[in-house]
Amino acid sequence: MSEVRSEMREARMAIEVSRVSKIYRRYSQRKQFATLKSALLSRSLIKNLTPDETFTALNDITLTVPKGRTLGVIGRNGSGKSTLLKLVAGITKPSEGTVKVDGRISALIELGAGFHPEISGRENVFINGIMLGLTKRQITERFDEIVEFAEMKDFIDAPVKTYSSGMYMRLGFAVAIHVDPEVLLVDEVLAVGDEGFTHKCLDKFAEFKRRGKTILLVTHSLGMVERFCDEALWLDAGRVKGSGDPKRIVGAYITDVERQEERELAATDARARESAAVAVVSPDEPASAVLPDTPIETATGPADMFRAAEGRWGSREVEITEVILAAADGTPGHVFHSGEPLDVKIRLRAPLPIDDFVVGLGLFNAEGVCCYGTNTYIEELTPERLHGDAEAVFRIAALDLVEGTYKLDVAVHKIDGYPYDYHRLLHTFRVKSRAKDVGIYRPAHTWRFTGDVRFKKTPG
Amino acid sequence: MLHNLAQLPRYRALIQSLVARDLKARYRGSVLGFFWSFVNPLLFLLVYTFVFTVVLPASHDPRIEPFSLFMFCGILPWTWFSTSLAESAGVLISGGNLIKKVLFPAEILPIVSVLANMVHFLFGLPILAIFLLYSLPSGRLHASELALFPLVVAIQLVLTLGFALLLSALTVHFRDIRDILSNLLTFWFFATPILYPYFLFQDAAGQDLWQGKLLKFNPFTHLAISYQEILFFNGPVGHLPLLLALGAISVVFFLFGYWVFDRLRDTFAEEV
Repeated sequence: MSEVRSEMREARMAIEVSRVSKIYRRYSQRKQFATLKSALLSRSLIKNLTPDETFTALNDITLTVPKGRTLGVIGRNGSGKSTLLKLVAGITKPSEGTVKVDGRISALIELGAGFHPEISGRENVFINGIMLGLTKRQITERFDEIVEFAEMKDFIDAPVKTYSSGMYMRLGFAVAIHVDPEVLLVDEVLAVGDEGFTHKCLDKFAEFKRRGKTILLVTHSLGMVERFCDEALWLDAGRVKGSGDPKRIVGAYITDVERQEERELAATDARARESAAVAVVSPDEPASAVLPDTPIETATGPADMFRAAEGRWGSREVEITEVILAAADGTPGHVFHSGEPLDVKIRLRAPLPIDDFVVGLGLFNAEGVCCYGTNTYIEELTPERLHGDAEAVFRIAALDLVEGTYKLDVAVHKIDGYPYDYHRLLHTFRVKSRAKDVGIYRPAHTWRFTGDVRFKKTPG
Repeated sequence: MLHNLAQLPRYRALIQSLVARDLKARYRGSVLGFFWSFVNPLLFLLVYTFVFTVVLPASHDPRIEPFSLFMFCGILPWTWFSTSLAESAGVLISGGNLIKKVLFPAEILPIVSVLANMVHFLFGLPILAIFLLYSLPSGRLHASELALFPLVVAIQLVLTLGFALLLSALTVHFRDIRDILSNLLTFWFFATPILYPYFLFQDAAGQDLWQGKLLKFNPFTHLAISYQEILFFNGPVGHLPLLLALGAISVVFFLFGYWVFDRLRDTFAEEV
């Protein structure tokens, strides 16, 4: 009984990929084709390769997609997502393992791949449709719908070479989607038009889903995977790193990406500080080159100093020994979430007692715009004494910044601006946010509505 | 291989529309458009007539007078053959987008380029016919001979397809072929009795001299002679048995070309 059921289950699989590996030959090496005879007669061209000439794009991948389900494939660039899609589409053959697809496939891999630039959009629609497996009559029936969908009514008789890239892609998408496949393979093609068109594409996908078609979606849009897919697959360096519930997989993937970014930022930070340390101005010649009159954090115009690249200077009568960015729970890091608290811990060391000192901090976004700057002097803290090891903590209660990379200036200087130790853009951190809002600053906010205003519940 | 070959008729519509696209695209934007397919061979013929009657009024064997017409009978099919080969050598590489991004039977590309050039050849025929009727001594064209014409065209088609498949597949891996080919085709042209008659290499008794024997290894020799015998020379098509033998060889060669192509098929998506 259970056997029968499992057989039935098998029968409902639209895509079955079992133990598939794909090994690419390196292009520079062509030893194995040294003679024509070996090229023609050796049965398996790929097996004869020595390992140093190959690149494993996919390694022992197994996955199944039941009919009517939508699988989202995520992963970093180069993780093998597109290779997987091409294997399922049958465009390339697996080096090992088998790929089985039940039903007519349409692959949205490169839109309008077969378009000929010299002939009209109309003619290209027909040829492209035939390439994708439609008959002439079917295309004639769907032609108006295709043109309508692509929003190309006025240009359909112009040669394709006159199209903008958006028009080109829209038309390609429209043809591919009207092939009416049972299995739809989509490779990151939704960035083909304005918001309106993207919505139309999404609606079309939703319609496909409703009609019980199978979709395999390769995308970097994690939101789409969460909203849209029944299941997610996470590829990393050609292997399956996780699969299952989209929310869980996307979450795991985001965490992993953040960890990776954290490592990268830590590395760049360390590099920046290292190279800055080399150019230290010795205490004997107290930084004659840099003597701004205004406290650095209040400078508004693009003074020379603000155009300076990252660096470090100052007399070191007070030294900033370490700058630590820490989340609310005190763990140091470089990736933070918008709206969460952030501590900037500045470790100071003054070998001799100092009575004229200002601790300051400037926050810049990736474009170099100063998002915020302040110092103890501006905030009316009158210095009295600093000696030995000390720590200053600058606490941001809520990091109300939009997503992006930010850099910090951290400095100790005299009230007149004479620098003890100036860290220019040496500390980098990234703010992550699930919302794709724009600008620099995200004020804590809520929406409130009165009257007859309603919103749909977000699906899922 | 045979399975794939059997699938080919399913792509009839695709091949048809791609050939049409090729022809349309070629003349898109030119004033005369399609008309060029007729005008090109016409101008060609006029230039050669001018050269061989005014510039170089050499005394040809009276049997091949009018010479420009004799030559035209061979050059028209040769152009189809050589252009097809030169084009198909690069066709998989230039059509790489299709092979890499669309599930697309790659053999269609060389087939389309052979067929598109065949259409050009067919467009040239009316011009040839007009000149034949106009300047050949009457009574040289016989319906019974002309009936063989489609057979010669068919054999040339099969042979050309074989070469096109072979070359297109091999060029993906050995790009040098494209450069070798253009030179080879020039040599090949002169090694074919197109600008000179085959009987140049026969003795008075009609026996082949050594050059003639050598020429017989060139498959296009038999096609050229057949075209000339059917269209130009008076009398029976004496070359028919050899033509039929070439037909059989062409079929075998086509299958060989397809086999090679099929063998290398899976490598195309990665190499182009």
